[in-house]
Amino acid sequence: MSPHGNPEEPASAAAEIKHEAPKASPAPAPEDHHGGNVWPLWEVFVRSSRGLSHVHAGSLHAPDAAMALRNARDLYTRRNEGVSIWVVPADAIASSDPDAKGAFFESPQGKDYRHATYYTKSEGVKHL
Amino acid sequence: MNPETQETTGHGDISVGVAGAGASGDGSASATRITPGNALRPEDIALEVRTGLARPTEDVAEYALRLGDDALILAQRLGHWISRAPELEEDVALGNIALDQLGHARSFLSYAGGAWDKSEDDLAYFRREHEFRSAHLFEQPNGDFAVTIARQFVVSYYQFELYRRLTESTDATIAAIAAKAVKEVDYHRDHSAQWVLRLAGGTDESRRRMINGFKLIWPYVGELFVDDALTTRLAEAGAAVEPSSLKADFDRLTGEVLKEAGLEVPDVPAAPGGGRRGQHSEHLGYILAEMQVLAREHPGASW
Repeated sequence: MSPHGNPEEPASAAAEIKHEAPKASPAPAPEDHHGGNVWPLWEVFVRSSRGLSHVHAGSLHAPDAAMALRNARDLYTRRNEGVSIWVVPADAIASSDPDAKGAFFESPQGKDYRHATYYTKSEGVKHL
Repeated sequence: MNPETQETTGHGDISVGVAGAGASGDGSASATRITPGNALRPEDIALEVRTGLARPTEDVAEYALRLGDDALILAQRLGHWISRAPELEEDVALGNIALDQLGHARSFLSYAGGAWDKSEDDLAYFRREHEFRSAHLFEQPNGDFAVTIARQFVVSYYQFELYRRLTESTDATIAAIAAKAVKEVDYHRDHSAQWVLRLAGGTDESRRRMINGFKLIWPYVGELFVDDALTTRLAEAGAAVEPSSLKADFDRLTGEVLKEAGLEVPDVPAAPGGGRRGQHSEHLGYILAEMQVLAREHPGASW
């Protein structure tokens, strides 16, 4: 018998757990390619100790929000990266269409009048 | 500061390098800042021992050996989950907990070794089975995920109560190690309690396995709270606490989680124990063989 084995459970027992756990998930979980359930995807935002905004750090799988926060702590703050974490269900994020890049993002180009480039600096004003 | 101190107290340029790259907008840098932070490290304790700043009494060293062996054997057990956990995220979670435990083990063993002019490696890799002082709970097989969670649940609630009290130890090094460890163990409590609740409240199968896990693990709970001559002497000196004094808080806090999970404390007879006297189950030999083989095949090797 394997020295790491549990005398009362078959050696393959641990691998089966993931097919059971997702039932705790709030939303119906999608099926993986084995036909079993997978945990939903969460996006992770971490605020560093410098007091800046939360920035997107990556994503992870978790059965629910409480576990997503803990997984985020384990995956994305293990090198002392942050003092605060947000997790957001990935499907709650609406994103712009990469194919619409021209219509969405090229319009502001060349419109330098939208920047403060035409103003002359007042004399005698420091730190401007 | 002598050259040796400078050499071993610095954190290298990890902080400067990565933070600098991030600030300059290097696309390959992490989106978040990485720093090693400031905390008591095993290397700091080894340095104090080596330079004679800290030296445990024989009793304290023997006590540190117990705590260090508990953490070391558990770290070795938990490390086996890496690449084998139910999910990648849990792989990392158990790996982090294993590394926390390894850090505690290194600190305690580095300090203990000061009494006998031995290094942490001497103690971890070149002692024989009967010289290990870990309790039987820590060498219990991983089993399935629920068995590991049951073991981790008991360990973390026990260690939290222990380290919480040891922060008041009259032995400054024991108090410092405990102060660092107690915060990490607090997270281990949360991790295992979350899983106990989910496994117990998940499916019929996950609940059955959680109950089975506690049934397998609970016989080894009693040994954790047994006093002996050493702990009595150390408790009187204020350097340690009697293990039996942790039992009421352990029972109350684990009882709250078990109650929320709708689980009973298993009604199982206690195992004989004996780990503190070097009497171990058949499992420890396998663990030591795997853990020690490389160091014993290549004594003095470094990498």
